[in-house]
Amino acid sequence: MSDLDGPEIEILPLPLDAWHRARGGRMVEFAGYHMPVQYEGIMAEHLWVRESAGLFDVSHMGQLVFTGEGADVALEALLPGDIKGLGEARMRYSLLLAENGGILDDLMVTRRGDEIYMVVNGATKYDDIAYLLDHLSDDITINILEDQALLAVQGPGAVTALSRIVPGVEALVFMTAGAFDWNGTPLWISRSGYTGEDGFEISVPAEAAAALADALTAEPEVKPIGLGARDSLRLEAGLPLYGHDLDPETTPVMADLGFALSKRRREEGNFMGAERILLEREQGAVTKRVGLVVEGRQPVREGAAVIDGEGSDVGKVTSGGFAPTLGAPIAMAYVPVAMTAPGTVIQIAQRGKVHQATVTAMPFVPHRYVRAGGK
Amino acid sequence: MSRYFTEDHEWVDVDGDIGTVGISEYAQSQLGDIVFVDVPEEGKELTKGDEAAVVESVKAASDVYAPVSGTVLEGNAALGDNPGLVNEEPEGDGWFFKLTLSDPDELTGLMDESAYAAFVAKL
Repeated sequence: MSDLDGPEIEILPLPLDAWHRARGGRMVEFAGYHMPVQYEGIMAEHLWVRESAGLFDVSHMGQLVFTGEGADVALEALLPGDIKGLGEARMRYSLLLAENGGILDDLMVTRRGDEIYMVVNGATKYDDIAYLLDHLSDDITINILEDQALLAVQGPGAVTALSRIVPGVEALVFMTAGAFDWNGTPLWISRSGYTGEDGFEISVPAEAAAALADALTAEPEVKPIGLGARDSLRLEAGLPLYGHDLDPETTPVMADLGFALSKRRREEGNFMGAERILLEREQGAVTKRVGLVVEGRQPVREGAAVIDGEGSDVGKVTSGGFAPTLGAPIAMAYVPVAMTAPGTVIQIAQRGKVHQATVTAMPFVPHRYVRAGGK
Repeated sequence: MSRYFTEDHEWVDVDGDIGTVGISEYAQSQLGDIVFVDVPEEGKELTKGDEAAVVESVKAASDVYAPVSGTVLEGNAALGDNPGLVNEEPEGDGWFFKLTLSDPDELTGLMDESAYAAFVAKL
């Protein structure tokens, strides 16, 4: 058979490398690091997060801090979001845009005191930093928090488990953050994540990461979860993954991320690629990211072609897999605008076989974020 | 009845000129949760090394190669409704297909159980 794991290559270990190995994590290379792809199995881990809570190590991601007078305004040249209007300890999903409006990365921005804290993707972090250094004035300083690990606790049991260890986190609502103390260790905690579940992301000094991971997994709600389930969870949540569903060839409108274009910024039209992006927003982009539920049991995977009635390629699948919560294969694909209405049946060609799929509104599994003034 | 293994982690049980093919315990443990199996149809002519079946885990699709040449007698219909059988009993009820061997001499190039165990131990 093909595609079993190959030999491992010696690369930089993350702070929790030994912690994962000691707990039976199967390590694979990802974004230039060794990361656990699974512990007991992707399906079981996925379902555990949906019903209880999981601990994810996302320390490969880049944690950046911007300081200097007007850092928020300066960042608005590169991001289409309202950064200037971001309140203290509030966070926002945004996009790092190229001059032509293509997406260089997707990221989270938080205002904390006099600085802007940003979390970017692991595989793109060094390119992002080079691009940011190129385009920001010398008055803005970028610090890379290389000595901070990043953990995520996700799932309906996350708030119960984490608030036992760090009282007070239950007061946060979705997309807000705050500084907390854990036995003398400073933690920066936000109520956010990338699974569609309620949960938290915790920036912790690297030397305390293993102790915190121990404390979290000692809670009955929490088990360690690998990258495999992280991918299937975010796919069910309809959340795009950079390098797969987003790349420099896609724009925010094509990616159906129009919500990341803040109203004031659209009106001012002064971000990278604004001319093209605003025109696409007005007239529609040629192709758009949609969700698909695939007929039968066989998943369609990244790279499979969307074909028209004549069998010509008209689009492509950018993420696909089996959805454990739904018990069915699902996917994300870029398709021509005429095929984007929910309910549209489309054909996908993969390894000589044609699959039927139905365009479906995302998320596939409802989000369960805890919002301000909500439930 | 003798069981033979390939370096690609298929096994074949041979009884007379009939072979039953599946994937090894090691292979299923590496693949993880199996969600779909595509087995070959009756009558399909396979040459040793051909892509004979597809096995899909949550994460990825993998090809299963024909360990020997022959004509397919039947695919394991039970895997259609219950692909997880491959995880539960990879070297038993989770077999993929049966075939009539066209060249039993090909078996000499395969590993027996102890040789395969030694091969896996080094991976």
